[in-house]
Amino acid sequence: MRASDREKEWASLMRAAIAGNAAAYQNLLTQLTPVLRKAARRGLAQAGMADTDAEDVVQETLLAIHLKRQSFEPEAPFGPWLWTIARHKLVDALRRRGRRINLPIDDFVEVLANEDFEPSMIVADVDRHLDGLPAGQRNVVKIIAVDGGSIDEAATKLTMTKGAVRVALHRGLASLAAKLR
Amino acid sequence: MKTDHLIHALALDSQIQSPPVKRVLAVAAVPALAIALGLYFSLLGLRPHLIALLGEPRISFKIALCLLLAVLSGPLVLRLARPGAEVRRPALLLFIPVALLAVSIMAEAATVPEVLWGQRLIGSNAAFCLKSIPLLALAPLAGVLIALRHGAPTRPGLAGAVAGLLSGAIGAALYATHCPDDSPFFVATWYTLGVAIVTAVGAIAGWRLLRW
Repeated sequence: MRASDREKEWASLMRAAIAGNAAAYQNLLTQLTPVLRKAARRGLAQAGMADTDAEDVVQETLLAIHLKRQSFEPEAPFGPWLWTIARHKLVDALRRRGRRINLPIDDFVEVLANEDFEPSMIVADVDRHLDGLPAGQRNVVKIIAVDGGSIDEAATKLTMTKGAVRVALHRGLASLAAKLR
Repeated sequence: MKTDHLIHALALDSQIQSPPVKRVLAVAAVPALAIALGLYFSLLGLRPHLIALLGEPRISFKIALCLLLAVLSGPLVLRLARPGAEVRRPALLLFIPVALLAVSIMAEAATVPEVLWGQRLIGSNAAFCLKSIPLLALAPLAGVLIALRHGAPTRPGLAGAVAGLLSGAIGAALYATHCPDDSPFFVATWYTLGVAIVTAVGAIAGWRLLRW
């Protein structure tokens, strides 16, 4: 599939996601992950950093995409939106690791045009910040985002309503992203 | 945390969405402009016989110039909140009011005798102008910054500066309907300085508040 066709598909998945289609959204994020991973590895390597941090960058970028998805204009092309966010989060990650580096955006375009697939790994950075969340948010985020549980499971385990679980999940993801700034 | 599980969590959270910047801005504009107008009418007020005076080109020009600056910086600030959006063209359009101001200065220099230049430049109200524009711009600036927090500005300082420019232009447009100094010399000096103050405040606030 040509890169432009793929971006069109991503744009339509994102439009569906913003309209409330969770399956399309999950599909989109799953497709973006290997592309983001490759870009993160390349960016870290260029900055002379270990690419063991790549999965952290991927997760931070996914969180940013999630929390800022309403900034995607339905009629706009998806690629520039995606790689501007990816680059922004990589620069952020490098800055937090004590490096400032100028990343030409062309590298992202090139990397995003030829991704490959890699298994997801377990990482430390996001997890470390989990412990800093308020207990209500942390418990819900742990059950759903760490253990892969459902809203129902979290509601039962924590004797909360499903609505309260959804709110705690949303707030937990937002505060996680805020800690990673 | 496994990335797959994170994606699963994000998908489960897909029903809660923050509203787009444009909508927040439209909502925030109402109280922001109400506060600015409230301050305007309680502290400044319309210049006497303003409607009759609009025929005087210097007066209509200074008001139109401020409104033009506001109208041009609005779309730019919205684009700065969108990752990957094209910003060069709306940014270049900002040279239009700058060029118009330059032309008006030349016209003033050509028509006003040189002995009066100093008096026109200093005007009668410079210090009040410098205080009023930032004061009137404060609530609009807060409104725009709140809206921008719902966006994704990858250059937070620049986005904040343009938010300041927009708010400063709104403050200046309001002030222009009160101010008795009409010379382009005065406008180019004191209005510009007033708007620059708001722009600088916006840049600092943006840099601090708009990171994500």
